[in-house]
Amino acid sequence: MDEIRDVVLEYVINEYMEDQDEELTYDTALISGGFVDSFSMVSLKRFLETRYKISLPDNRATPEAFDSVNKITELVMEFLAAKE
Amino acid sequence: MAYSARTRAIFENQINTLKDGGILKIERYIHSVQDAEIEVEFPPGAPLKKVINICANNYLGLSSHPAVVKAAHEGLDARGYGMSSVRFICGTQDIHKELEEKVSKFLGTEDTILFPSCMDANAGVFEAILTEEDVMISDRLVHASLIDGIRLCKAMTDSFKHSDMKHLEEKLILHADKRIKLVITDGVYSMDGDTAKLDEMVALCEKYDAMILVDESHASGFIGKTGRGTHEKYGVMGKIDLITTTFGKGLGGASGGCVSGRKELVEMCRQKARPYLFSNTIAPPVVAGVISVLDTLSKTTERRDKLEKNANWWRQGLLDAGFILQPGDTPIVPVMLFDAKLSQDFAIDLFNEGVYAIGFFFPVVPQGKARIRTQISAAHEMHHLEKALAAFIKVGKKYDILGKSKKEIMEMYGA
Repeated sequence: MDEIRDVVLEYVINEYMEDQDEELTYDTALISGGFVDSFSMVSLKRFLETRYKISLPDNRATPEAFDSVNKITELVMEFLAAKE
Repeated sequence: MAYSARTRAIFENQINTLKDGGILKIERYIHSVQDAEIEVEFPPGAPLKKVINICANNYLGLSSHPAVVKAAHEGLDARGYGMSSVRFICGTQDIHKELEEKVSKFLGTEDTILFPSCMDANAGVFEAILTEEDVMISDRLVHASLIDGIRLCKAMTDSFKHSDMKHLEEKLILHADKRIKLVITDGVYSMDGDTAKLDEMVALCEKYDAMILVDESHASGFIGKTGRGTHEKYGVMGKIDLITTTFGKGLGGASGGCVSGRKELVEMCRQKARPYLFSNTIAPPVVAGVISVLDTLSKTTERRDKLEKNANWWRQGLLDAGFILQPGDTPIVPVMLFDAKLSQDFAIDLFNEGVYAIGFFFPVVPQGKARIRTQISAAHEMHHLEKALAAFIKVGKKYDILGKSKKEIMEMYGA
């Protein structure tokens, strides 16, 4: 789980942070906090699906479910568990 | 009564929240034509004050130019006030077609369709040409009207970091499987005054078989050697698949907009774009005014040359005085103050000195990047610019920010 969390955090920092000084934690509100624009959530979804070989249905890949690194990690864990 | 006291209170509370947060938008009433100098009633009921206007999109100074006003009068006499119909029923006159042809010629495109505004053009274009099989990849700082248009379209959305070509390329690779990839950008970014690197963007689009749409609202008429726009500046005329632009800024300043580009895409808009199908197009006097603007701009570059000279002088003057500016080479020159309250106080002091400018802060610009956005016009004469610069320096000295770094300004005024 920690490994997934760090992979997601690193991706989010590289993909969305314009200002490298800005601090991002596992619980930072990404979408409602204005860090991630909802248009580019699709990139994040595609990244997770490719990296973890899972398929996230649109009704689960919502702005709420993607609103923090911890929430994203939980979602990925759930779909990984379902795969096994 | 359906509008009960309870319902009214909901909206009153929302308005009060804006007021308490200092972000309620207030209009200033102008009692003159739009020009380099205007007469303003502010606050409401106050005596009229003559001020130099440095916040209009009147880039070429044509909003009240006698030749444009005359052409509009003639259009009014010859073709009437309005059409009382949408285009495809009985709302298309010969002059609408004439204007569409002149826009295509001016921008170097295959075809053009008029819209009531560029906001409408941007709202309608994506839905008219794209489907669920496609992807729209937009710069993260594109104008709000493009964002609204993107939201109305069923195609997949993605975005790239502002002006970051490496990031754009990654996105084009990521979406290689899509039927159509459409890259979306402003030509000139209205808040920062920087330009999109259209030469690099076109090269990437060619490499990855993508189309490109550029909103030229803050460029048409004055960017590029002959004022055709950002595509002229970057040497890619004829290579932009879709241009959207407005007649409400440099090109006369009244209203109206268009989609101009590949003829099949323009035809798709004519068949499917909802703001075109369900609202009247541009009124005849405005059409006649814009035709006269394009005729003039096609003959001479005098006004855009004067604008360029004015903007360069203004930018250099502010830099020499010690202000921090957003880098760029357009007539949009943002003076960075970083702190929201400072930007508001600064604008009020400028007004008292006879200079009309507006402070912008979050959420219009990012947090901690508050500014006074100045916009230079060909209507400005040197004495206007000299007086405006003197006012900026006087107010800058009052707040002791001249020659100071961002960090120093934030230490003095930041929360």
